[in-house]
Amino acid sequence: MHIPDGYLGPATCGVFYAVMLPIWTAASRIVKKTLKARQVPLLAIGAAFSFVIMMFNVPIPAGTTGHAVGGVLAAILLGPWAASIAITVALVIQALLFGDGGITAIGANCFNMAFVLPFAGYYIYKAISYNAPIDSNRRVIAAGAAGYIALNIAALLTGIEFGLQPLFHHTANGQALYCPYGLNVAVPAMLGEHLLIFGWVEAIVTALVIKYLQKQSPELLKEGEVA
Amino acid sequence: MKLITKLWIGIAVLIVLSPLGLILPEHFKAGSAWGEWSSDEMQKLVGYIPQGLKKLSSLWSAPIPDYAFKGWEEKGLPHLSFAYVMSAVIGIVIAVVVVLIIGKILIKKGK
Repeated sequence: MHIPDGYLGPATCGVFYAVMLPIWTAASRIVKKTLKARQVPLLAIGAAFSFVIMMFNVPIPAGTTGHAVGGVLAAILLGPWAASIAITVALVIQALLFGDGGITAIGANCFNMAFVLPFAGYYIYKAISYNAPIDSNRRVIAAGAAGYIALNIAALLTGIEFGLQPLFHHTANGQALYCPYGLNVAVPAMLGEHLLIFGWVEAIVTALVIKYLQKQSPELLKEGEVA
Repeated sequence: MKLITKLWIGIAVLIVLSPLGLILPEHFKAGSAWGEWSSDEMQKLVGYIPQGLKKLSSLWSAPIPDYAFKGWEEKGLPHLSFAYVMSAVIGIVIAVVVVLIIGKILIKKGK
């Protein structure tokens, strides 16, 4: 889901940087108000978890690969704004140091994976786990569903961003300048593979860790309730 | 053991296992992620390299491209797996330092 350099035109790249700037500003402001100093180590773990989970490329035999983002977990435990910061840190390092995701596409990649994903995941978890006791199975299911749906929303957006490019940019003879595949190819490809395979990875890792924390540290889940 | 220690052990286990993200796709003959093809792959897929893509794709030269040390591309899976683990360690150490700095700037002690 890491859009490389050259797949999005300059206008799309610029728009997403422009959209992310106020989001990053708001995230800093809100995290400054709400996050406690003792939660900072957990935020660091959230960034580390997201970073490493994205390295687990899951193959579709003879097809493509994809991965989870691990960002819904941080959103459940620390709130969507803090999660947004943690995932942004992971994505920026991946782009700058490892060339995973383009530097021109940092705005778009952060919009998909570090903004929409944690927010969608957070609110889906909230809705499904509403009023559920901290140790209930409903919380585990809520975490899984939030992971699955949020990753797929992010994949859908990525597909749309790819798919719009041939409409915006092509030469006089019809050759694409950036991503050559339109919405009719990009959206089913991105969404299909995440619905089928990669979404389940996000669902399982999110649900398993929540299940683990129910036993190990229920107070952490309680804290997430007010984040 | 403190919870935070246990979670760090979990991260360490994931780092050690991370080469699975390299080995499994290789084993099942899976190609690049959708929309993350190199220029050569693009040439094969659509018959040309989009001009804008050609220009922008070489814009940034990452120090550890694709989690592999430069010049190690042909060294085989054991070497690449080692580089993958080292990349995870380097990436995570930097991520943790950056988050701690952000935390230091944003959040006052004792809150």
